[in-house]
Amino acid sequence: MTGPEDGSRPYLPRGVRLRWCAVRGAWFLLAPERAVKLDAVGSAILSALDGERDFAGVVAKLSADFGAPPEQVATDARKFLADLMARRMVEAA
Amino acid sequence: MNAEALTAIEKAADAAPIPMALLAELTHRCPLKCPYCSNPLDLIRRSSELSAETWADVFAQAAAMGVLHVHLSGGEPAARRDLPEIVESAVTAGLYTNLITSGVGLTEATFADLVARGLDHVQLSIQGTDATTADRIGGYKGGFDTKMRVAAWIVAAGVPLTVNAVMHRQNLDRLSETIDLAVRLGARRLEVAHTQYHGWAYRNRAALMPTPGQVARSGEIVAEARRRLEGVLAIDYVTPDHLAKYPKPCMGGWGRVGLNVTPSGKVLPCHAAETIPGLVFDTVTERPLAEIWREGAAFTAFRGTGWMQEPCASCPRKAVDWGGCRCQALAWTGDAAATDPACTLSPHNARMRAEATGEAADADEAFAYREM
Repeated sequence: MTGPEDGSRPYLPRGVRLRWCAVRGAWFLLAPERAVKLDAVGSAILSALDGERDFAGVVAKLSADFGAPPEQVATDARKFLADLMARRMVEAA
Repeated sequence: MNAEALTAIEKAADAAPIPMALLAELTHRCPLKCPYCSNPLDLIRRSSELSAETWADVFAQAAAMGVLHVHLSGGEPAARRDLPEIVESAVTAGLYTNLITSGVGLTEATFADLVARGLDHVQLSIQGTDATTADRIGGYKGGFDTKMRVAAWIVAAGVPLTVNAVMHRQNLDRLSETIDLAVRLGARRLEVAHTQYHGWAYRNRAALMPTPGQVARSGEIVAEARRRLEGVLAIDYVTPDHLAKYPKPCMGGWGRVGLNVTPSGKVLPCHAAETIPGLVFDTVTERPLAEIWREGAAFTAFRGTGWMQEPCASCPRKAVDWGGCRCQALAWTGDAAATDPACTLSPHNARMRAEATGEAADADEAFAYREM
């Protein structure tokens, strides 16, 4: 799986959501039979998926928020999302 | 690694981790009679079931302990008329709410109500890929057609659907069709669950144990389907215990990941723990859930590695598979603290394999159906 195209809009489908766990002090991505503990980068990427922004927009936002080079952000975010898309935890419209 | 470091690791392993999941068995009542049912042989009756209010309290306590997922199971959870209230209380507690259902007894109106109250996910069981086979295995006529209708409601509502297919000798040759059916129904996930041999399934093992040839083929079928269906259907598949090299870390390790509350409120480290003689179980109405998890006698009995005998005690995998399944160890060896006989290092492994292959060879088609 290659991950989202620049013009496609990635989103969390129904039944997949972010949740802050106060007991563990960490963000989790909750999905059917899965709870993925997220680091700061993972939770930032997923928080940027509002279903409106296309992938290029997601990269622009993260790049601005973190002051990171867009090419690097695009590579990392695409790889991260590709893995979740293969497991049907992220979809792209 | 020196002995002191090892001791430190073992002590840490014996402490209670933060639990991830709660299996809430809302009822043992079920219209189906699957011969591998994971409920105990001794089923709890309606009059002893916890109230919806008590469940709400259990969910709130579980969430405060760090539990993230609740699996609403049974029996058939739809057999409870107050299921919508129960679902709502789990959602309110902040838990990811999964309904594990046969679909039988669920009406379209009730399902819509569950969705409106925030149900996250449905796991729908199928017993076969055609009505004749599925209804014979489930012991319920009309069950298959009902499931097909329920699957359509779930997908139409946009709720993620997982198809759970318990596999055994009598349906494993239909694995490809099972995968096709899951795709056709619009499932996001398929669990290909091989039968675990304790309880009802142990009683029916002669009719259920797959042949090694069937298992080898099923592994190949799943590998091919995973490649072909990437991004369409996620497939969970675990090799059946008794034909693998090492046992599964049953429940992710005893008292490490999840806990189970029975219809009457007993708190178990696994759904079959009551088969183990001598274990004492606390009840949610008598003791706080966090305390039961942390220091309840049933949870500390096999938590960590301190209870282990050889060959587990000196095994480098002891904190990987945690000795395997205690209930299976008991069923096959008479000792719940023995190494799971599914492990090739167990002295009972050869007997389990021989019996499995023998039982698989003389197929006995008849089942002893689950009944109250």
